[in-house]
Amino acid sequence: MKRQRKAKVKSGLSIVFCTLVYLFLFLPISVIVVNSFNATTSKPYLSWKGFTFDWYGELFQNGDLLSAFGNTMIIAVISTILATVIGTLGAVGMYKYKFKGKGIIDGLLYIPVVIPEIVLGISLLTIFSKVNIPRGMLTLILAHVTFCIPFVIFNVRARLAGYDNSIEEASMDLGANRLITFFRITLPTLAPGIAGGALLAFTLSIDDVIISYFVYGQTKTYPLKVMESIKSGVAPDVNALSTLILIATVVLVVLTQSDLLKKHKKD
Amino acid sequence: MKKSKHEIKANTIPAFIMVGPVTLCMVLLVAIPLIYVAVMSFCSIDDYYNVVFKFTFANYERLVSLDYLKIYARSLVIALMTTVMCIIIGYPFAYIIARTKSRRKKLLYMLVIIPFWTNSLIRIYGWRTFLGTNGWINNLLQSLHIVNEPVDFLFHQGTTVLGMVYCLIPFMILPLYTAIEKLDGSLLEASSDLGAKPAATFFKIIFPLTSSGIFSGSIMVFIPCLGYFFVSDILGGGNTDMIGNLIERQFQSGNNWPLGAALSIILIVVTLLLVKLYQKLGGDMESLGV
Repeated sequence: MKRQRKAKVKSGLSIVFCTLVYLFLFLPISVIVVNSFNATTSKPYLSWKGFTFDWYGELFQNGDLLSAFGNTMIIAVISTILATVIGTLGAVGMYKYKFKGKGIIDGLLYIPVVIPEIVLGISLLTIFSKVNIPRGMLTLILAHVTFCIPFVIFNVRARLAGYDNSIEEASMDLGANRLITFFRITLPTLAPGIAGGALLAFTLSIDDVIISYFVYGQTKTYPLKVMESIKSGVAPDVNALSTLILIATVVLVVLTQSDLLKKHKKD
Repeated sequence: MKKSKHEIKANTIPAFIMVGPVTLCMVLLVAIPLIYVAVMSFCSIDDYYNVVFKFTFANYERLVSLDYLKIYARSLVIALMTTVMCIIIGYPFAYIIARTKSRRKKLLYMLVIIPFWTNSLIRIYGWRTFLGTNGWINNLLQSLHIVNEPVDFLFHQGTTVLGMVYCLIPFMILPLYTAIEKLDGSLLEASSDLGAKPAATFFKIIFPLTSSGIFSGSIMVFIPCLGYFFVSDILGGGNTDMIGNLIERQFQSGNNWPLGAALSIILIVVTLLLVKLYQKLGGDMESLGV
C-alpha cells in the first residue's frame, strides 16, 4: 500500500516536472505566436492592442522580409545538396580507401562541430577578404556547406558501420561497373543515413545566424533580418512569418513521421 | 596480402573523386582560415585599421588587461552555470522521457526538438518580451497590484544564463536521452533486489552508465556558450559581455581584426583543452556530431 502511494507520488512529480520543462521550452514560442496577432502598430510592438489577422497579409507586402526568407531557402537548399553530395562521397570514400592524410581530414571534420561558431565565422571572414571574394550569396553558401559537411559525414558513417562490403563485391562480380554499383547498391543502402544528414544540414542552415553574420555582405538571410529588427523591436509581421514557418515544419514532421501521433503498440 | 600495382592504380581515381571534394573543402575552408587567423593574431594594424603584416605580440599583451580578464572570468562563470543548469534540468527530464512506459514516448521526444525549428534569435527575443519592464510578467504583476513599479528582470547575468540554457539545453537532453535509453532495466531491478537503496543504485549503476551522455552534453553546451554573443546582447543588454561579444566587436564595429584574431585563439585553445579532457575521460568523438 505504502509503496504504491510512493510510486504514485513519484510519477505525479515526474509529470509536473516534465510539464514545467515543456512550458519553459514553449513559452517564448507562445510569445511569438500571440504577438503575431497583436494589433499594435507602435514600436517596440510590446503592448497588446487587440486581436488582428492583418500581419499575415502585411507580411506578403514586406518585400525585404520575403526576399530575406527567399535567400534563406535558396542558401539552405543549395548548401544542403552540396554538403550532402560532398559528405556522402567523402564518407564512403574514407570508409573504403586508405590514403595518406586521412587522419588529418578526419580531425578537420570535428573542428566545425566542436569549435564555437563565432571562430568559424571570423576565420571565413578573414580568408574571404584576404582572397577578395566579395561577401554575398556565394560566401554564405560556402560557409554553410563548410559547417554542414561534417554532420552529413557523421550520419552516413553511422550507417556505414553496419555496411556489408560483400554485396558490392557481388554486384561487381555479376558484371556491374563501379558507377552502377555505387548508384544501385551503395546509395540505396545508405539512404537513411544520407537523408538524416541532409535533414540536419537543412535545419542547421536555415537557423544559422552566427556564421552568416560575418559573411553576408548585402545578401540578408531571414535570421539576419530578425537580428536587424531586434534593435528596434521585432515587428509583428516577423512574428507572423515565424509562426507560419513553425506551422509548416510541424505539419511536415507529422506527415513524414505518421506514427508520431498514433499510440505505439505496447510491447 | 599486398595489393598489386594495378589494383592500387585502379583505386586511385575513384578514391580521388570521392575524397577529393571533402578534402578540398576542409583544407580551404577550415584549416587554412584557422591558420590565417593564427597568423593574423600576430599582425599589426595601421592608422586606418587595415591589417599590416608586421610581427607583434601587442595583441596578446592586450589580452591580459584587467578589463578583459574580468570578461573571460564572466564567460567561464556563465558557461559553467549554463552547463550545470542544463544537467540539473536535463538529466531528470531525459531520464523520465527515456524510461517512460507511456505510449507517446516518441511524441514526448519530438516536443523537445520542435521549438528549435523556430529561429533562435526570435525565441530569445520572446524571453525579452516576456520578462521586459513592459513585458507580460510585469503587466501581470502590476495588474494584480503585486508591484507598483515594473521589476527589472532583464540585463543581469542570470537572464543571460537563462537564455543560454534555453538555447543549448537540447544538446544536453539528446545525448542523455540516448545514454539513458540504452540502460538495461534489469540492472536496476537486480540492484534493488540485492537491497541497494535508490540513491545507491543511482550513484553505483545509473550514473556511471550514463556519464558518457553528461560528458558529451557538457562539451556541446559549454563550448558554444562561450561564443553565443547574441544571447548576451539581447538578454544581457551589454551588461554581461562575454568573450564572444569581444570578438564580434573587433570584427564589426571595433574593426581591429588582429586583436579579434588573438581573442579567437583563446577560444580555440579552450576548445582543444576541453576536447582533450573529454577524450581522456573516455568520451567518443563520434557522439558529439549527431
